[in-house]
Amino acid sequence: MTGPSPRVLGRLRVLDGRPVNLDGFSVPDAENGLVALASPDDPEPSLVVRDGRVVELDGVPEADFDVLDAFLAEYGLDLAVADEAMAVDDVEFARRTCDFTVPRDEIVRLVAGMTPAKLARIVALMTPVELQLAVAKMRVRRTPSIQAHVTNQLDDPLLLAADAASAVAYGFREVETTVPVLADAPSNAVAVLIGSQVGVPGALAQCSIEEALELRLGLRGLTTYAETVSIYGTEQVFVDGDDTPFSKALLTSAYASRGLKMRVTSGAGSEVLMGAAERRSMLFLESRCVLLARAMGSQGVQNGGIDGAAIVASVPEGMKELLAENLMVMMRDLESCSGNDTLVSESDIRRAAHTVPLFLAGSDYIFSGYGSIPRYDNTFAISNFNSEDIDDYLVLQRDWGVDGGLRSVSAAHLEQVRRRAARAAQAVYRDLGLADYDDSRVEDVVFANGSRDLPPVHPMLVAEAARAIEARRLSVVDVIASLGRTGFTEEAEHIAALTRCRLTGDHLQTAAIYTEDLTVLSKITDPNDYRGPGTGYRMSESRRAEVDGIRTARTIAQLTADQVPGPGAVDLVEVGAADTGHDPREVVVGVSPAFARTVWLAMSGLTIGEVLRQISAGLEEESCLLRIVRVPATIDLGMIGLTAARLAGSGVSIGLQGKGTALIHRRDLAPLANLELFSVAPLATARMYRLMGQNAARHAKGMRPVPILSGGTEQAITARYHARSVALTTLERRACEPGAAPVELRWVRP
Amino acid sequence: MRARRRAGRAALGAAVTPDGDTVTVAAAVDGTLTLDDVRMDPAVLRHQGEVAQRHGNPQLAENLFRAAELAVLEDARVLALYESLRPHRSTGEELDRLAAGLRADGATRCAALVESAATWYRRRGLLR
Repeated sequence: MTGPSPRVLGRLRVLDGRPVNLDGFSVPDAENGLVALASPDDPEPSLVVRDGRVVELDGVPEADFDVLDAFLAEYGLDLAVADEAMAVDDVEFARRTCDFTVPRDEIVRLVAGMTPAKLARIVALMTPVELQLAVAKMRVRRTPSIQAHVTNQLDDPLLLAADAASAVAYGFREVETTVPVLADAPSNAVAVLIGSQVGVPGALAQCSIEEALELRLGLRGLTTYAETVSIYGTEQVFVDGDDTPFSKALLTSAYASRGLKMRVTSGAGSEVLMGAAERRSMLFLESRCVLLARAMGSQGVQNGGIDGAAIVASVPEGMKELLAENLMVMMRDLESCSGNDTLVSESDIRRAAHTVPLFLAGSDYIFSGYGSIPRYDNTFAISNFNSEDIDDYLVLQRDWGVDGGLRSVSAAHLEQVRRRAARAAQAVYRDLGLADYDDSRVEDVVFANGSRDLPPVHPMLVAEAARAIEARRLSVVDVIASLGRTGFTEEAEHIAALTRCRLTGDHLQTAAIYTEDLTVLSKITDPNDYRGPGTGYRMSESRRAEVDGIRTARTIAQLTADQVPGPGAVDLVEVGAADTGHDPREVVVGVSPAFARTVWLAMSGLTIGEVLRQISAGLEEESCLLRIVRVPATIDLGMIGLTAARLAGSGVSIGLQGKGTALIHRRDLAPLANLELFSVAPLATARMYRLMGQNAARHAKGMRPVPILSGGTEQAITARYHARSVALTTLERRACEPGAAPVELRWVRP
Repeated sequence: MRARRRAGRAALGAAVTPDGDTVTVAAAVDGTLTLDDVRMDPAVLRHQGEVAQRHGNPQLAENLFRAAELAVLEDARVLALYESLRPHRSTGEELDRLAAGLRADGATRCAALVESAATWYRRRGLLR
């Protein structure tokens, strides 16, 4: 054999440049925890109970318990069902989990007695589609919802408020902020609290920061939920994170004691990242986290696509593992705030493929942080979907008839809520003496895509405001009062109403959200009752209208509104029935029923007059004569062309539809066997119509012209143009007169 | 006065509806509304714990019962309690004293959590 060719295969050259090949992929490596679903070192499931206490858990005897094992053993399991739960056959239970005829409650009852290793093995048995079915059945709340990230690189409070209001307008029911600079946190919390109650009340807001400071803000009512209470699957990583299950359990209760909704955060990959996976699979470690969440008394878990998601996705079946994480949470009867929180790939195909299975199945929160702001402004990390993808997401909802929690927002409404929120934040910051932003700043914020569109301000402005909020221990009461004093009564009322509602504690139950009329939807009030087709969550009529009503949808009337004869439009006068010509140089252009009657603009953007002029010029250049005939009896271009060819002295014609589709035909051919076809009307150019005139003339003269080649395209032609094409075809159909004879047209040229 | 009102309602054992009607914008503007008025009523939290218990989540119930105990504690004490339970923050004796103090104040569930933590922190070397 010779050495390698110095030439690079063209296909590989292109593939090497594809975004997916920027992603890192790991060869499975159990030693370092780089395995998704099962490691040789994962323990055999085991549970030994003696005198009402757990003395062995997943192969670890009590004497060797670490602090995680101890906590799980003491608080996590329902020992009353443990024997039954641990004895069930894994495959049988996996089947029952995704079988919608088996009630959800029955699955939940037994999972409560299963160890982490047992549950991990069961979910690992399911295929992706089975996981989806199980998710549809097992998620806690019937009505799906979604959470937004609202952050910016400047911690600009006006922009935070405007973006929180925008997120709420789109339908997000939780908004989560964080900081690039920890000291700014109190300011961010206040800004997002204000913005989140503009327009409609009830969206919960949080500021994700260091645990103790986050708790302090929560105690003063400046946030309404907490989520970034991180837990890990190994003792080492847990302690490295400066907590234990005991401290996190106390923190969980502390939040509840002040009426804050709270969930914990886990998600596979973090243990691998911190180099302490203890040779266990990601799924097993995550199963420990999920049981830990339950043991601590957290109502929910954020996992399945958090910070470590790309690590998980780097190994075989990693994407499946992420979905299985969400399912384990649901099976433990906890709220699933289902990841999609971190951009998992450079590839648009791959990142969408991560989200879509869960999106279709539905979750308590389909995203635990949709990046509602531009990618660059996300100070957590870029989310899997971001503000740039909002229209894609809205279209996906519509494509599948699925409620992903969002709705379209008109430009006018978006502008209104952004201005209202920015002004409210401006007023409160002035009123409380925190910072003075001028009116031009408000307008810059309203129209900004993100912080890069804002002029610089003093870099310490936000830090000073935040320092004042902390120093004066400002609370939700101060914010309500300030909004009230400055005339932002509606926002003040919204925060006061939400605060009153929170005092009932109903939102502390599993999977609780507030609707926009401050009703609590939770496991208690809105339990998932999916039992197969015709059951479970159904969109209301009004909700379906929201999902269907994307801002780019058009009626046929709207799509054809530009079909009017402009100045100097082509003037074709009917002069009677068309006869057969005898001049061998004569080429007939057969036009469609609506041509120059109701259709005036071809898909390419050329007027039909220009199209006709180019064809005419091409014929003239080849010394042929043009005659124009309308074929009103059909909208089929093949028949139009053939009819025209039979009328032409040369026997050659050009068939031409109003939308610009054209072909060259000859009288002796079958209707669909034309000589040349320009089927892609949107890409036809003036030059191509001219060449078509020339080629038709050459055919008429018995020559064999070189066909006109378009060179191909990478456009999604049908996706771009079919709606308009259908609309124009509708006009042709309306103008069509079946049975009518061809009509001679006289072209009146100025 | 607020404390007495809360105790009275809890003693009645009726459905727990907090007196949220005091939380108004007018009261906030007048300065008569304080952060104390928007604090959770321990009876409300206990009630929610019972709801969670009835709906099959005893761990969430336990969390809400612990929360009811913490609801009457000052913010600073809650923050200090959390800090004490973080790894390598407390000696065994400090945790024991903490638990005893909680127990003395009627926060028996929180006390039990601290006692259990003390046991395991000793075994796993997580004390200061």
